[in-house]
Amino acid sequence: MTQVPVGVFLIQTLRATIPGLTLLLCIFVASVPMGLPYLSDVTPFLSLMAVYYWSIYRPDLIPAVVVFLAGLLQDVLTGGPVGLLALVLVLVHGIGVSQRGVFLGKSFQVEWWGFGLVTVGAILFAWIAASIYFTTLIDSRAFLVQGMLTIAIYPLVTRLFSFAARGLRTV
Amino acid sequence: MVQRFAFVLLIGAALTMLVLSKTGNLGIERLRSVIFEVATPVLEVLSQPAVVANRAVDEIKELFFLRDENIRLRDENERLRQWHNVAQNLEQENAVFRSQVSARSEPQNYFVSARVIGDAGGPFIRTALVNAGAKDGLVTGLAAVTSRGLAGRVIEAGRRASRILLLTDLNSRVPVVIEGSRYRAVLEGDNSDTMHLNFLAAAAKLSAGDRVVTSGHGGVFPPGLPVGVVSSTRNGTLRVQPFVDYDRLEYVRIIRYDFPQPDEGLKGARQ
Repeated sequence: MTQVPVGVFLIQTLRATIPGLTLLLCIFVASVPMGLPYLSDVTPFLSLMAVYYWSIYRPDLIPAVVVFLAGLLQDVLTGGPVGLLALVLVLVHGIGVSQRGVFLGKSFQVEWWGFGLVTVGAILFAWIAASIYFTTLIDSRAFLVQGMLTIAIYPLVTRLFSFAARGLRTV
Repeated sequence: MVQRFAFVLLIGAALTMLVLSKTGNLGIERLRSVIFEVATPVLEVLSQPAVVANRAVDEIKELFFLRDENIRLRDENERLRQWHNVAQNLEQENAVFRSQVSARSEPQNYFVSARVIGDAGGPFIRTALVNAGAKDGLVTGLAAVTSRGLAGRVIEAGRRASRILLLTDLNSRVPVVIEGSRYRAVLEGDNSDTMHLNFLAAAAKLSAGDRVVTSGHGGVFPPGLPVGVVSSTRNGTLRVQPFVDYDRLEYVRIIRYDFPQPDEGLKGARQ
């Protein structure tokens, strides 16, 4: 067993928390009022991107428990039913971890296509679950807009994630 | 194997929480408030740059339209001055009438101003988080207003932050009256940008442009708070456009309204 200097160990530990921290940041940023017209009630599902991305590229650094707790946090911040987004995010994490072989080493288009499918599934699921929870058919337009917005800006947001991922190669 | 077990366990936990949350379980409510207390200070700090950026954009816009704005404000000032005179006369007149019929005076309102630090990013709920809470005297049920009118009501009061349920939310119900005709109705949100009127008397005839204000029934809101205007009366449903611009909700005032208590009146009668 080789001796690892304390400094290196500390830096590596800090780096290992990056996926979790980006997920947290995504949740908070989505909750901050941006004051943009037409976007106040629909913001892109940023946490979905973080969960999907990290579950494919670094599943070792984003355990399901972290995803679950992050989902709870988002549930509380948005004021929705407790457990709904936690459920959605854990399901997406499960899909990402089990299907990562399909996307690894493929072109970005394949990854984006996969994200599109996951987003449609996740938002449809959230819509049905929320409709059952509130026992009423919720206006689906907002869900539709959120889905399209989320898929559209995925390349932009994951560009930022990939910067972080590059720094993680040595961990 | 461990992974699969954790996955199933977490899915089960989330489903259980959903069911408990639906039944109003106390444990879930406590969990919610613990996370709320921890997370809101972070949100308060993070929302600061957005506020600064918005203000900068507004200031630049204002610089460009300074002349137009000035003319518009001069016109508005002229109009408001006339209204001010009218209001003063009416106030005088009202005070005289009130003393003649010995009407009970309306209770005093107190305001708490708060900044919006978060809005619900989800498409199935319309709420806003503000940076005032129980330590500022907020309790659930109080009305949140802007200078334009009613924005919503407090549904969750943490120590330093609270959640406002906006009028447009699916679960929002507000007793209102139509100004002028005095017909009562219940204003219901449905997660879209406008609200609709329910339980309106069949005889009521409304037209687009009618103002809708709170009625003060149900002991939730003070009466007379402006809510919105009837925007369309098409195919049986009456849509109401809120006065508050939810896209630009930055500050709200929470009204601490002292409702007249029935037993106070009784005490007065006995004495």
